[in-house]
Amino acid sequence: MTGYLIRRLIQTIVVTLIVTIITFVLLHLVPGGEVRAVLGIRASKAEIVADSKLWGFDQPLYVQYLKWLWQLLHGNFGFDIKYSAPVSTLLWQAFPRTLVLAFIGTAVGLLIGVPLGILQAVRRYTAVDHIITGFGFVGYGSPTFFVGLMLVNWFAVDLHIFPAFAPQSTSILGILADPVALILPVATYAFIAFALWSRFMRSSVLDNIVQDYVRTARAKGASEQRVLWGHIFRNSLITIVTLLGLQLPVIIGGAIFIEVVFNYPGMGLLFFNSALNTDIQMMLAITVLTTIVTILGNLLADIGYAMLDPRVRYS
Amino acid sequence: MAMTPHPEVGGMALDSAGTLLAPPDFAGGQQAEEKPRSMFRRGWEVFAENKLALIGLGFVIFVLLFSFVGPLIYKTQQVSVTLGNAYCTPGPQHLLGCDNLGYDVVGRLMQGGQSSLEVGLAAAFISCLFGSIYGAVSGFAGGIVDAIMMRIVDAFLSIPFIFVLIILAVLIHPSRVAFIGFIAITYWPQPARLVRGETLSLRTREYVAAVKVAGGRSSRAVLRHIMPNAIGTIIVQATFAVADAILILSSLGFLGFGVQLPQTDWGSMLSNGLQYLTLGYWWLIYPAGIIIIMTVVAFNFIGDALRDAFETRLQRR
Repeated sequence: MTGYLIRRLIQTIVVTLIVTIITFVLLHLVPGGEVRAVLGIRASKAEIVADSKLWGFDQPLYVQYLKWLWQLLHGNFGFDIKYSAPVSTLLWQAFPRTLVLAFIGTAVGLLIGVPLGILQAVRRYTAVDHIITGFGFVGYGSPTFFVGLMLVNWFAVDLHIFPAFAPQSTSILGILADPVALILPVATYAFIAFALWSRFMRSSVLDNIVQDYVRTARAKGASEQRVLWGHIFRNSLITIVTLLGLQLPVIIGGAIFIEVVFNYPGMGLLFFNSALNTDIQMMLAITVLTTIVTILGNLLADIGYAMLDPRVRYS
Repeated sequence: MAMTPHPEVGGMALDSAGTLLAPPDFAGGQQAEEKPRSMFRRGWEVFAENKLALIGLGFVIFVLLFSFVGPLIYKTQQVSVTLGNAYCTPGPQHLLGCDNLGYDVVGRLMQGGQSSLEVGLAAAFISCLFGSIYGAVSGFAGGIVDAIMMRIVDAFLSIPFIFVLIILAVLIHPSRVAFIGFIAITYWPQPARLVRGETLSLRTREYVAAVKVAGGRSSRAVLRHIMPNAIGTIIVQATFAVADAILILSSLGFLGFGVQLPQTDWGSMLSNGLQYLTLGYWWLIYPAGIIIIMTVVAFNFIGDALRDAFETRLQRR
């Protein structure tokens, strides 16, 4: 186990380093891109040169990268000109809000999707299976923002049941204290997520149903309920945990659409506003931070997984 | 060593890849009374049994004709603004009405379809081509090379790509071609990972060993033997990639980073229409929304059926 942990930790550090290189290089694909984006299209050549010098963009790329990385290691994401505050301060305000919404949304999506997937697998090729699959495909094919705005249109504008805005409170407790306003954003999250998870769960259960251990369990006289919940369900969940780790970037990235639609003051909305302001320091910081969170999430999932399943440690 | 030193080995290369191209040359064709059935023929039979897949395929063909041939039949003005027509209701002159700038919505859907489909298809093709070569090389090389190449894939897979795409869109104001490149840059790790997994099992097969024994280059083993045998995985992934790329482009369009006016894509159309959500201009919202969902679902139907087709092929053999 210790060997596995050490190997996994080294891998994580390597991947994190590669991530910083990739994001940095992608950002500098266009020479002078950042300066040009800040100064606008009418900036003269002299202004661009002067500004590049001022911000250190005239130095070799690897020097810029190392300087940026050094600051990053000290938790310094730079100073935001548009908000006139350190980037990290703004990030630490917005980030927990995104986590809360993403967590609730994903949890609701899983709570709906996983049982439906099991139902589909057990009643495979029946009308129930086809109907859920049909809904799942619509969920999977719908752009998140479209689902969100349609829900607003029906439930907020036409029926006046739920508010069109997410909770606007700045504190986590304040957000949780307004559950009615959370319903539409969470429903949007859940509609997209349920499609994914019911599909994954269905195929995972179907994969497990034909395994030898299922036959063994039946042969020793276990009831159908016991076979399904005690054996198949538990083994299928392993796949789901792995996939959950892999889906983290999609889950966190998807927050941007929900936050923009419902004006939820999280990181996605911060990113969107930064994009409108061409505030590249902020965008870079958010991208790197969410990526690191994803990597750590994956690491935690893997460690938990290795503790649960001895086969993993030896592969 | 561009030529093959051993014709027998060259023949084997054709065996795996060439059955689909030229079966008549083959001994297998004359063997028994049983008609020779190529992998693609058998795959097609399984595919054709799946009604959803045929519906999906039919819809994709319809959308392609609609977007690329449609404008020749249903001629509309899609370059300059005609404010006099703004918000006109659906009727005989404009089948689905006009948008806020007076563009005919049906014509706009065709124009947007060209962007969405071109970007979707091209991004899927490029990312899957590059990704599968990358994955095959990584899996075939093994050891430290594989470890490094896969950590790079891991890194790409942990970045929320939508953020990167938005940064690039802000920096560059991309053209259609740039969008294709950007989406391909963020999507290639997915096919890479899958094909690498497939390669790990393929590289231990006898015919790959035979290439090594016969003195063939590694590049030959990868390109002529491993890749053709992983083609099922690659095609399935490419089909899903088209659907994903169309969704990504439409999402960028919603945030305002889609293709620039007077060009459009379905996502930009939809988000434009959604601004008038409460005013009752349904023809600005539902046609674009429905065509996105149906196209994405159609590609998913095809992808699912292809996966069944290729897997059944393996099972029946």
